[in-house]
Amino acid sequence: MKHEQNHTTPMRYGMAIDLDKCTGCGACMTACMAENNVPFKEDESDKLVSITWMRIFELNNGKAFPDTDICYLPRPCQHCEGHGGHSPCVSVCPATATDYSQETGIVSQIYTRCFGCRYCMGACPYHARYFNWWDPVWPDGMEKYLSPNVSVRMRGVVEKCSFCFHRYQLAKNQVYLDGERKVPEADYQTACTQACPAGAIVFGDLNNPEHQVHQIVKPDSENGNKSRNPRAFRLLERLGTNTKVYYLSNREWVRRAGDNYLAHEKTGQVSKPHH
Amino acid sequence: MDTALIPKGVKRCPMWQFLLGLGIVGAVLLWGVYAMLLCWFKGLNQTNMNDYYGFALWIWADLAVIALGGGAFFSGLLRYIIGKDELKHIINYAVLIGFICYSSALLILAIDIGQPLRGWFIFWHANVHSMLTEVAFCLSCYFAVLTIEYIPLILENRQLDKVPFFHNLSHNMHEIMAVFAATGAFLSFFHQGSLGGVAGVLFGRPFAFREGLLIWPWTFFLFTWSAAAYGPCFTLLITWITEKVTRKKLVKDNVIELLAKISGWMIFTYTIAKICDTTRWANITAPGLGQNLADFYTGNAFYGYWILFAEIVLGGVVPAIILISAGLRKHPTWRVVAFFLGVMGVSLNRWVMVLQVMAVPILPFDTWALYYPSWQEVATTLLPVAYGIILIMISYRYLPIFPQEAELNPIEEETSTAVEAHTKSAPDLEPAKA
Repeated sequence: MKHEQNHTTPMRYGMAIDLDKCTGCGACMTACMAENNVPFKEDESDKLVSITWMRIFELNNGKAFPDTDICYLPRPCQHCEGHGGHSPCVSVCPATATDYSQETGIVSQIYTRCFGCRYCMGACPYHARYFNWWDPVWPDGMEKYLSPNVSVRMRGVVEKCSFCFHRYQLAKNQVYLDGERKVPEADYQTACTQACPAGAIVFGDLNNPEHQVHQIVKPDSENGNKSRNPRAFRLLERLGTNTKVYYLSNREWVRRAGDNYLAHEKTGQVSKPHH
Repeated sequence: MDTALIPKGVKRCPMWQFLLGLGIVGAVLLWGVYAMLLCWFKGLNQTNMNDYYGFALWIWADLAVIALGGGAFFSGLLRYIIGKDELKHIINYAVLIGFICYSSALLILAIDIGQPLRGWFIFWHANVHSMLTEVAFCLSCYFAVLTIEYIPLILENRQLDKVPFFHNLSHNMHEIMAVFAATGAFLSFFHQGSLGGVAGVLFGRPFAFREGLLIWPWTFFLFTWSAAAYGPCFTLLITWITEKVTRKKLVKDNVIELLAKISGWMIFTYTIAKICDTTRWANITAPGLGQNLADFYTGNAFYGYWILFAEIVLGGVVPAIILISAGLRKHPTWRVVAFFLGVMGVSLNRWVMVLQVMAVPILPFDTWALYYPSWQEVATTLLPVAYGIILIMISYRYLPIFPQEAELNPIEEETSTAVEAHTKSAPDLEPAKA
């Protein structure tokens, strides 16, 4: 029995995204949309009403040529753990339509329970949550190419990146059939990770020292899961959202762009959150 | 035509005038209903909301009407629990205004959610950690209380009152009204606070986030306090507007002045608390999260420091000074200016705590997001205003809303007619007596 309990050590699936490798090609966005049946409209130019579970931001250092430098920052849902699973969105949802899994560390979204109040969208500082302002309409014939593993969402509910949770479920089923207990690292990878041609995205269990993501990030569980890697940072870390998506860069201005700092503060200086 | 329904001892405008007024406001109401149906059948793509503005005009309207409707619970508390007996002359109107405000809030919420048919999930799948859950429960319960408080008033209609059952029911309900007033105050303390908590718990949004006491952010207490402070201001402002429209004095000055004075002191203390909260937030909370005041009030075309000044000074300090100063309070013009500024101040506070929260960029590489409502949003926001006016028109015409109206507006003709009628009927009674 004790042996079994050791096998159920909670996982914390997360990502390390190397911004110095990202070319901003958008393959991750495309793969994500195809994998997760993300709806789209004829005109997607207004990004305030277009659904992009994975969105790439273009950052620049604000300097004029020839010192200009740019960086592309892919932004999936950050799967915040907050304090004890109280991520910003999970704690506010009035109908428990979004949940923090203590087993995987993944923030889920239950589409059939969401009634579209959008409080979670207001709570998310990363704008990772999207509302279905329209019913999904697929071009003729395209509905045949939708993934059968992911339910399409109806008008009036919120959706977001799930770290391709359906892939975890499939991998878990396979592991069970194979008589194993743990999902191997290679058996559960997100679509964006696999699509990235530069290998900028690494995905796995942050709690598992055998996983590459753990080895890159070296999370410090005694210090709010802050990375021990000096190249690594998390978006808006000082808010206390305790995210599971880590970014890597050698460039100081990029690391500084990941959080809000007062003029005199050093990059990486994170005060203890008030809450 | 409807004379038999009009309360005794008061005069109402001719029927055609009443119907004309109803028709004009009714047209606005129908426009709103049309927009509401568009939103229900076509979805929220009818609005100008977007993924940055998940909360917009409607949530502001909700928060504003609930704060303004706070006059009902606070006047009830003062009248029935604290024992300010003079307020019995305005409590009916406070209840009616509260009823309108809360029913409007529920209607707006029903339009605002993406899947209206699933609205009940908030009760069925309730998340006890969510401020919105608490709001939904308390709001619904308090609306039930307001309905109970409004029913005896309806039963006091001249014709309904003739039915012994209704007469006795109304009388008995009045007898136990203190229980409902206390329940209403209890529920209001929580849902007004939770509405403040809606923004205050957003630890991902430094503009909104506040520390607090145990699980309640400071905005929880500020919202309850401000609703109690400004709610009576709104009751008094609507009373003043009603007096102007009807061209009658409906409530005696001593009643108005008492409520105005209490409101003034509440606004004064609230404003001090608000200043303390803002000072702490600007100097400790926000800098602790890497942001300073300039991040929230510069770099965009609309949200400047003016809004802070308008909310706290024009909408807080100024009306507080006017209403607590006896000389200014007794001056009708200054008093109304204070009511107006107070209503503006609390509405602006709710705007800031909803719209500006959404507008401020959080990611350092993001930009301000500004928004303007679509006509459907405007129409559906005016819908409850039109509904409120209609309900006031009907209630005022047929119910004894203002107990002092007959005394303040004696009707010469009716008095003489009544005497004549009495004289005429006397001979008819003679045979019976004989």
